[in-house]
Amino acid sequence: MKILSIKLEATRDAYGRALLYLGEHNPAVVVLDADLSKSTKTAVFAAKYPERFFNIGISEADLVGTACGFALAGLKPFASTFAIFATGRAYDQVRNSVAYPHLPVVIAATHAGLTVGPDGGSHQSLEDIALMRVLPHMQVWVPADGEEAYQMILAAAKEAGPVYVRLGRQPVPNVSPLGYNFVPGKAVTYGQHGDVVLIACGVMVAEALKTAHSLREQGISCQVINMSSIKPLDTAVLDQAAAASRLIVTIEEHQKAGGLGSACLEYLALHSRRPPVLVIGVEDVFGQSGEPYELLDHYGLTAESITAKIMAQLSSHGGQIAHCQTK
Amino acid sequence: MNTVILKEKAQEMRRLIVESIAEAGSGHPGGSLSLVEIMSYLYFFEASLHESDPLWPERDRIILSKGHAAPVLYAALACRGYLPTEEVLTLRKLGSRLQGHPDMRKLPGVEMSTGSLGQGLSIAGGLALGLRLQKKPQRVFAILGDGELQEGQVWEAALTAAHFKLHNLTAIIDNNGLQIDGATNDVKSLHPIVEKWQAFGWQTVTVDGHSYHDLYRGFRSQRDERPLAIIARTTKGKGVAYMENVADWHGKAPSKEQSRQYLETTGGEDIVD
Repeated sequence: MKILSIKLEATRDAYGRALLYLGEHNPAVVVLDADLSKSTKTAVFAAKYPERFFNIGISEADLVGTACGFALAGLKPFASTFAIFATGRAYDQVRNSVAYPHLPVVIAATHAGLTVGPDGGSHQSLEDIALMRVLPHMQVWVPADGEEAYQMILAAAKEAGPVYVRLGRQPVPNVSPLGYNFVPGKAVTYGQHGDVVLIACGVMVAEALKTAHSLREQGISCQVINMSSIKPLDTAVLDQAAAASRLIVTIEEHQKAGGLGSACLEYLALHSRRPPVLVIGVEDVFGQSGEPYELLDHYGLTAESITAKIMAQLSSHGGQIAHCQTK
Repeated sequence: MNTVILKEKAQEMRRLIVESIAEAGSGHPGGSLSLVEIMSYLYFFEASLHESDPLWPERDRIILSKGHAAPVLYAALACRGYLPTEEVLTLRKLGSRLQGHPDMRKLPGVEMSTGSLGQGLSIAGGLALGLRLQKKPQRVFAILGDGELQEGQVWEAALTAAHFKLHNLTAIIDNNGLQIDGATNDVKSLHPIVEKWQAFGWQTVTVDGHSYHDLYRGFRSQRDERPLAIIARTTKGKGVAYMENVADWHGKAPSKEQSRQYLETTGGEDIVD
């Protein structure tokens, strides 16, 4: 089990770093923004490669459509704005002009989830994974830290089809293993098989690692999985989790409906040896203003809350879980 | 420009439109027929294209933003040799390359999948920017309906194209004055349509969309650094007497009997038999 390092970086900052690398090494890369370049960190690219940066202004539908045009011209567009606008405001454009014609557009959306913080519920995208995941051709990647975000952006530049990358505003601890190499459809596992398997994505991976630590202190063995590639999903790691654990827990900074938990359940539903699955996420409510960590706490997404939910689950359904396992 | 040949192409395209929609039993004849001269002008005169190499890098790009007019696009592509003429009879059928709205992944020659209105001008603008960035001289033509101009994204894209001075971009507005629910003036007026484009920073020219000489005048306007909007005054359902200027023919298929009559009166051969 890797100890959390103290390095903090927001995944949006890593996005900016990755764009600088691509700017130098991939002449086909162009970057588009909708008047949020300082926040999305595309301004970093714009400062160095102004001829390949296009500020489309406050018009997200046009942002996505223009990116499609660049793709048709043989270039590799990265389109950025906040997740709430990229996936909500421009949903039809993403569906019909990006996903349907299978264009190699990367939608790198920042400020996803509750951890946007004080901007409040209107800006906290808690539905974007669901919205993007249901689109054929669309890959959905959610980095847990800066290192993974950096690698995802480089990987996205090589994809022949559309990719949605969900980035955050808030600095997060580095949780990626040394020498980690992101591969679409391949999860990162921490620890050996245990009674409980915690499957998380994005900023929740750090909370899952903290949760695992406190569960172990209470004598419960557990494994943590960073399911950063929600689509394609790492089904092999789900097979292992189903076979070896008493309880699977999914954790996401997103509505419970339609996100990581749903993706895992859709696969596990017909699994012959499936243990119970506890889905932890936002409970069908909108967010509100607050500091990022306050909000995670308020909506039950800190390690402390997650641990309590798991302990309650284990104690209330312990017998049943054991029964399932022995069948 | 040989208008005799263009008129022959137009007549052939009209027959293909009527017959393919009748065979499909559904589709959009009115707004397909209003575009016949514009599309034949583009596909047989104005645009540089290679039917034997649909992805020829030096081709001009034609984006049919009003994707429901797919039958006129298929008719143009068929007449130009991108697909066998008889294939237009597979329009809207299961497994066909000729989807109800154009699908670039199914039919070579379709530059972009369209159908959800209001999106094509953004795409054409991005394409024009991308070509210019790569110092390529090819031009981009986007074909929009007038009812389509009620979509807000069109005006986002209009601002963008003017801001980036996309003089390699031309928008053609099929100004037939009708949309599904009636006259655009009654549903939601676009008046004054020319001044709107001018106010958004576009060069404009108004033409008779059924006159090749007028289309030539419009397309060959003296260009400055602005994108060009050609407002083409057209007649919905043009060429099929009972469809002309009748909003109801926006999205209704003629019967096979009506199709046969049309073919007979225009001297065409029924390709069904």
